[in-house]
Amino acid sequence: MSGADNAIEVRDLFVGNGDLTAVQGVSFTIPAGGRMGLVGESGSGKSMTALGIMGLLPAGWHVRGSVRHDGVDLVGQSDRQMSKRRGRTISMVFQDPLSALDPVRRVGRQVTSILRRHLDLSAAEAERQALDLFAQINLPEPARILRAYPHELSGGQRQRIMIAMALACYPQLIIADEPTTALDVTVQKQVLRILDAAVRERGSALLMITHNLPIIAAICDSVAVMYAGRIVEAGPVAQVFRTPRHRYTQGLLRSQPTMDNISFDAGARLPAIPGMVPPLTDLPPGCPFHPRCAAASALCRTRMPPFEGAPHGAACWHPADGAGEAP
Amino acid sequence: MTPLLELDAVTQAYPLPRDRLFGPRRSLTVLDGVDFAVGEGEAVGLVGESGAGKTTMTRAMLGMETPRGGAVRFDGRDLREMGPDERRAFRRAVQVVMQNPRSSLDPRMSVGRSLLEPLRALGVAEDHAARVREVIGQVGLTESALARYPHEFSGGQLQRIAIARALAPRPRVLIADEPVSALDVSIQAQVLNLLKDLVDELGLSMVLIAHDLAVVAYSTSRVSVIAGGRIVEQGAPRDLFVHPEAEATRNLVDAVLTMEDGLAGRGLAAGAAATPPVTSHQARRGR
Repeated sequence: MSGADNAIEVRDLFVGNGDLTAVQGVSFTIPAGGRMGLVGESGSGKSMTALGIMGLLPAGWHVRGSVRHDGVDLVGQSDRQMSKRRGRTISMVFQDPLSALDPVRRVGRQVTSILRRHLDLSAAEAERQALDLFAQINLPEPARILRAYPHELSGGQRQRIMIAMALACYPQLIIADEPTTALDVTVQKQVLRILDAAVRERGSALLMITHNLPIIAAICDSVAVMYAGRIVEAGPVAQVFRTPRHRYTQGLLRSQPTMDNISFDAGARLPAIPGMVPPLTDLPPGCPFHPRCAAASALCRTRMPPFEGAPHGAACWHPADGAGEAP
Repeated sequence: MTPLLELDAVTQAYPLPRDRLFGPRRSLTVLDGVDFAVGEGEAVGLVGESGAGKTTMTRAMLGMETPRGGAVRFDGRDLREMGPDERRAFRRAVQVVMQNPRSSLDPRMSVGRSLLEPLRALGVAEDHAARVREVIGQVGLTESALARYPHEFSGGQLQRIAIARALAPRPRVLIADEPVSALDVSIQAQVLNLLKDLVDELGLSMVLIAHDLAVVAYSTSRVSVIAGGRIVEQGAPRDLFVHPEAEATRNLVDAVLTMEDGLAGRGLAAGAAATPPVTSHQARRGR
């Protein structure tokens, strides 16, 4: 596949602040219209990967590597160039819509200002498009919501507005970072359904960052699993989730109580992954997962395993060959 | 099973401002005749959306809230009839673990002091230092943790410490309010297993409050669903989640995303709580 067909190509991305490196050589490609899930726990580097791509890193943090998107390398772009791009060719939906929306501006103004800035529309035309957008995300009484302030809306409504803003200019890529984690469970599916339909309609690509594996199964076609700043397993969703090769992926799939694997037996215990996520400042030598891994050998304790295999690959010296097999 | 801690037709309402200066008094009913009980050694679950009344129920069970109607009973005794000594015994017997251990532990207190504090405050008559060493071991940490401060621990370890603090005064009921939702996914299973072990080994009663049905189904033998301040359904987790009857239960069950549905391409398929499909009002334009 040629580069022009891809929504984004990330190669050897490093994100650090001098003292620690949160993202250590991450590479992935999302084809135009493709949907990739990025799974990881706190400290895995998944959010820093997103912020590095968007050019939204906190002060003192820098990126290395390349991020090809829309014919340019985003890593070399100036702040000015990136701010013209954000919301237009690439946009982001954050976890907490209340802190991402401006509390003292009406939501209508926040949506129309994006349309006016990037698409050069008149005020009236922008308002008409904003109403169209609100109808698409199933907001009741769009005209009333246009004049509302963020605090007057529910969490689900606010997140739908964030989605509308992210999609307003038909971006090539939308990055959604835990977009439903802060919402009530009964609203999550509805918001995901709206995100799914709106992304599909625009033909945008999606990078979905979450720790919730069933969400990725529902909405993505490929998945990358991050641990301690690296991608440890990646591939088509069905292959990775049905036949995980990395012991960490396998452990995550087994230990999360979901309605698929739930046992109603009072004596049952979840097959937990022992130990804890290592702090980035104190990573163990070799494979960073080895202290928690039942299959770890001397090799794992000294040498970092390379990422091998395509389209389904893993960075593991002793990959599992089936989902049902015990490590 | 005779209930150990019981809400009997509990009603709670808060006053609202009047419409007009001499308008009628108005109030907001948050609990409306709630019956809920946990027996000795039993683990029960409480699920519901935010705003349903879970927090007010928790506060009532802890004696932090005096209900307007109905009664809260511990060991058959109405909380309102308890004298100071009985009240102290009650406070000792019912302990709580909150969602976020980072905000429930004092950052300036060593872990050891945080664990000693409730023993002193409740006037527990046993060797406090020995008890603290014992509970820190019960939650899977070593005694070296006692000299350290909260910022030196991960979220999962802090939740273990919060559980140890709740266990220290030898409670009979542990109320766990979303104990794993703030934890990393690979840690949640450890903490859920720990809670289950404690209930089994110590004969503890537990009330587990969570929004995640799978977590509740795994950890408890009986579940109550609360919606709009009323308990709308109650039963064994399997019955409730396989054959939900109340609308609120159905909504919660429909909201669950399963791996199998997702991989089969119907993960977002509409359940009973479905919204109409998104229609295309807008031709492609813009770029």
